[in-house]
Amino acid sequence: MSELLAQAWTVARKDLVLEFRTRTAIVSAVVFTALVLTVFNFGRDPTAVPTIDLAPTILWVTFTFAAMLALNRAFQLELENQALEGLLVSPLSRTSLYWGKLIANLVFVAVVEGVGLPLFVLFFDVPVGRVLLPLIGVIALATLGFVAVGTLFSALVIRTRFAELLLVVILLPFLLPPLIGAVQVTARLLGGRPLSESVGYLKLLAAYDIVFVSLASFLFRFTVDE
Amino acid sequence: MLSAEGLRHAFGEGRGQVVALDGVSFNLTAGQTLAVFGPNGAGKTTLLKVLAGLIRPQQGSVRVAGGRRAIGWIGHQSHLYEHLTVRENLLFWAALYGVPAARRGARADQVLERLGMRDRADQPVWSLSRGLAQRAAIAKAVIHDPRVLLLDEPFTGLDLAAAAELRALLGELGGGGSAAGRVVVLATHNVDEGVELATDVAFQRRGRFVHFAPRAGRESSEIAEAYRRAVGGTDE
Repeated sequence: MSELLAQAWTVARKDLVLEFRTRTAIVSAVVFTALVLTVFNFGRDPTAVPTIDLAPTILWVTFTFAAMLALNRAFQLELENQALEGLLVSPLSRTSLYWGKLIANLVFVAVVEGVGLPLFVLFFDVPVGRVLLPLIGVIALATLGFVAVGTLFSALVIRTRFAELLLVVILLPFLLPPLIGAVQVTARLLGGRPLSESVGYLKLLAAYDIVFVSLASFLFRFTVDE
Repeated sequence: MLSAEGLRHAFGEGRGQVVALDGVSFNLTAGQTLAVFGPNGAGKTTLLKVLAGLIRPQQGSVRVAGGRRAIGWIGHQSHLYEHLTVRENLLFWAALYGVPAARRGARADQVLERLGMRDRADQPVWSLSRGLAQRAAIAKAVIHDPRVLLLDEPFTGLDLAAAAELRALLGELGGGGSAAGRVVVLATHNVDEGVELATDVAFQRRGRFVHFAPRAGRESSEIAEAYRRAVGGTDE
């Protein structure tokens, strides 16, 4: 187990160093997040629909599409000089490779969300002060689920044409359960309602994480082996 | 050390089926270098991928003493990350191959020294010439001191001088027939490129070994002539 984790961390660290050096995907995702929030900010009529009603949906739609930019890049960098082939020949277990990509994607998406959340507060003037910790918890819970599934699917489509488009098409239906849960919990939190009202949705998010992290860890080998 | 038994593998089905491996068997021990010559499409890359464990053959089996850790692979591409330095790449691959953390740095230095790349260690891979990148790919392939080296068209894209230099390097890594050397399987479509390194020679055509014998002192020209007779010069 410790070797599995050590190898996963080796892969994740390499991905993060590469991203830090090139900064192409992270800058794109952050700029994308800022642009989407700006468009939503100016493209609504606050007198017609209260901001507080729209804000949770806007937050999660933004996070979802920004995360997809991150997920696309996860295996694309392994196409450079056919590095993926080298990884598959090496004794690196497929589970370690998946976990390594998952960790790197989580860090990457967390950075994007870390930039996006303050912008969201700034643009939509929503009261997050008192619910910041639970809100971060919900973001973490939902992000784990959709990054777990997205990492699996990004490996599945990487050898296809139009991989970026295909990923969005096959991934979005799978993201509906965590998206619904995340939007509902976020709406209740921003509405000042107690966390106990959201227990059902929190259980849904936790169950989704457990099921899909386990399932993706098991299925990953079938997506990369020839 | 490396044995293949009755390998068979085909791509596609029905009339469009392409047989890439058909009854390939051999057994190689330390110090042997098998050069597999064949035209494009003969199944050489499939053979190497099967030996490396990248493709599971539909029939037959492969045995490598030491498993995956014993294999060093040089494919069509270098497997190196362009935005990491040569040394960072080597340390990454050393970690994946289980070289202990305390020994990785020294091992990387040793390999770079042997390949004459010590002064290039801190250069990012994207800044290397094709020849140097190929050397870096060899450094990556031997960072864990593998007992089996699989080389798929390693001379592609190199000029004559770089190819000659690489041949000398590979000869040294293979051990030139000594029992303490490595097992090397080299696949190429160009007989002139690989024959000097070989202790054993195979000609592959439509997935089959149509010739498999020790080189036994035969001159390059004799082998090239035998190849032309057995295989011809056209792609499959």
